[in-house]
Formats: sequence, C-alpha cells, structure tokens
Amino acid sequence: MMVDLSAIASATPFLLTGLWFTIQITLVGVAGGIVFGSLLAVARLSQNRLLSTFATAYVNVMRSIPLILVIFWVFFLVPWAIGWVTNGGRPVAVGASLTIFVTFVLFEAAYYAEIVRAGFRSISAGQYAACEALGLSKLHAYIYILFPQAIRNVLPILLTQTIVLFQDTSLVYVISATDLLGAATKIAQRDGRLVEMYLTVGVIYFLFCYAASQLVKRLQGRLAYGGR
Amino acid sequence: MISINHVSKSYGSFQVLKACSAEIARGEVVVICGPSGSGKSTLIKTVNGLETIDSGEIRVGDFRLAPGVTNVAALRRSVGMVFQSFELFPHLTVLSNVTIAQTKVLKRSRAVAEEKSRALLARVGLSAHITKYPAQLSGGQQQRVAIARALALDPQVMLFDEPTSALDPEMVNEVLDVMTGLAQQGMTMICVTHEMGFARGVANRVLFMDGGEIVETAEAAKFFNAPASERAKAFLARILKH
Repeated sequence: MMVDLSAIASATPFLLTGLWFTIQITLVGVAGGIVFGSLLAVARLSQNRLLSTFATAYVNVMRSIPLILVIFWVFFLVPWAIGWVTNGGRPVAVGASLTIFVTFVLFEAAYYAEIVRAGFRSISAGQYAACEALGLSKLHAYIYILFPQAIRNVLPILLTQTIVLFQDTSLVYVISATDLLGAATKIAQRDGRLVEMYLTVGVIYFLFCYAASQLVKRLQGRLAYGGR
Repeated sequence: MISINHVSKSYGSFQVLKACSAEIARGEVVVICGPSGSGKSTLIKTVNGLETIDSGEIRVGDFRLAPGVTNVAALRRSVGMVFQSFELFPHLTVLSNVTIAQTKVLKRSRAVAEEKSRALLARVGLSAHITKYPAQLSGGQQQRVAIARALALDPQVMLFDEPTSALDPEMVNEVLDVMTGLAQQGMTMICVTHEMGFARGVANRVLFMDGGEIVETAEAAKFFNAPASERAKAFLARILKH
C-alpha cells in the first residue's frame, strides 16, 4: 500500500476549511460553555431552591446523554419547536453551523459547570466571610473575588475539558457538517484516499491536543500563588 | 456604641450563645476571652451579621440587628473585621486588597481609594510591599494588610477574631503593636484573643465567656488581679501557669 503525498497536498485547502470550522466550534463551545456553565455553577450553589434544582437537573440530564444524541435533537427537533412557536406548526430551517454552535454550548456548559463549581468549592469559607465582612455585594464578590480564584484553581481541568471538546467536534459528521474529519471523509470517499486522509487528520488532531496538554502541564507548575 | 441584648443562638440542639448581654462604649477596647468552644468567635461574628442570631438584639450605632434582619449592608460598612487566618484575596496585590472594597462598596474613585490605601499601608508599616501578592508576605505582614483593608472603609468599630492565633510567635508583636496604636487613637474595638498581655495592657474591659455564657465582665486590671467567678479563676490559672 502506497501513501500518495500529492493527494494530501491537493486536499490541503479543503482540509484547512474543515480545520477552521473545527476551531470555530471549539472556540464557541469554550466561550459559550464557560459563560453558561459558570452561571449554572452559581445557580447550583445558590440558596434559591428553584435555581439550584433547575441547574442540578440540567447538568445531570446533559451529562447523562451522549453528545451525538443532543446534536440530533437540536438538528431535528429545534426547527419543529421554533415552527410551533412562530410559524403555525411548520418547521423553520436552522442551519447546520448554528445547530452545532448551539448544541456545543448547551452540552459543554454542563461539564464546565461542574468544573467551575468544583473551583468555587475549593475556595475556603473564610474568603466568602471576608467578602461579606467587607460589605461586598454578592455580585461584586463573585465577579472580583470568587470567580477569578475558582477559575484559577481549576484552570488545568478546564483546559483538559477543552481538549476533549476539540476532539468531540468530530461528532458533527452525523449531520454531514464539514469539520476537519468531515472534510477528510468527503475527500477520502471522493478520491478513494482513505489512508492518506485519515492519517493526515489523525496527525493534525494529535498535534493540537498534544500541544494543548503540554500547555496544561506547564500551567500546573506556574499556577500556585507565588510564595516563599 | 454597641449594645448586645440577650443574644442566643443554637446549632441544632447545641446552644452556642446563651442570653449574652454586653454594652460597649465608643472608644472602648474590650477583650473577649475564655476556653475554646466557649462561643467567643460566634459572639463576635454576630456583631457584623456574619452569624445570625435566634433571639435577642444587637445595636451598633443606629443599626438594629435582630433575628430575621437580613439587610446588613449598612452595618458592615461601619464594622471592620480581622480574621484569624487573614483571608486576604490571594489573586490581588496588597494594594488591590486594600482598595477593592473602597471602590466597590463606598464607590470611591480609584485614585482616591489608592491614596487612602497607601496611607493605611504606610501606617501599618508595609509601604515597601504594596505591589506584592499575599503569598509573598509573612503571616504578620499579611495580618497587617488585613487590618489596613478593614480600616479602609472608615469603620466605627473594629472586630478582631483571634488575630494572632495563626502567627509564629515572633510575628505576634508586630500585629499587636498595630492594634495598640489603633486603640490609642480611640477606635472602638472588640478582640477575641488569647494574648493576655494585650488584654491586660490595652483593653479597658474583659468579657470572660464559658459554655456560651458571658460569665464575667470586669475592668481588665480587676479581671486579672481578682477575678470574681470560679470559672474565670480556673481559666486564668490554666493559661497563666507557665
């Protein structure tokens, strides 16, 4: 079996398009997931029973179903749901990209929520008391004192989850989206270059994830609050 | 200035505070002492609403605190607190630690707040360390930053909850010196402490607690020379033995 390098070269522009979409999904998933996930974490720790019950239920449900199923749900059911609300029952088309962005934010938020919640719980009760004693409002305490410490305490885990998210983006092939793996699959099937394409994307996934995990390692050493 | 009236509190079936009453005048320095588990820390934390109370009431200036009173923002602005374990914010510099509540709670401009912070940090002898982070300071230095942080809100009352208990012995005095200076400038202070030298030399009065009760209230000199209650005598005998 021969590996044809020219096949890889000619496929590169299309693979790069796919890679760019993979990166977009990752960035949207990380940003949206951490923002929504942090809100869920705060809600889960809240004294308000309604808020904490909702957040707990959301996180548990999302973490109990496969990502691939959520992608299907959002892709097939959301057009109907929007249709019922706005269009007299006829489904409204929602593009594959939007579907994917929404899905990843909703799904990853459940995982980020648990990580951020662990971050909040790693902060000593005395820090909460100090915020209260200084008269800081809950909002100010969370924004300026607690959230920065929580994130810092779990940064390596957040990045590890992000590496997983980067790999999970490949599941969007189920709705035929052209992410990195999707692009490779399309060319592989068109040109009969399965080995070249899957090897190439394998190497790309590896390089990204390996670099990121090395970053995590270096961060772990640096994150301790500088002390004597 | 501070009036504590029949304050009681229970955790489940365990009563931590039993009808505690005390009056503290403006400018007075009161030390609360007693064996561990006697309710000292709980009592001091009720004064700024960090611990809720089940019955009774507390007045600080014009503010009235009673069971069910939850809006304590105004109270906390006028009461500063220093904790046993400092509780500086580790991700902020020394200067930011002292500045943040000024800008967020009192809405001072950053420039005004930082000027105030620098002045306070100079007063506690830490001008050389304002850009450092808490973890780069010794325990005694951290506690002095914590005192400056509490003073930055111009409190009328300062609460100290075992401020030197977490310190190495050689750092105790630098913190006590700052507290003594504050007392001499007329700050109203309540201190839970085991530093009997400070209690004897600086405090006007001593509240002796045991089993959730304020057993004895006496002028400092009188408390140490001639405690009235048997429990206070036993306590002093234990801690002054060596």
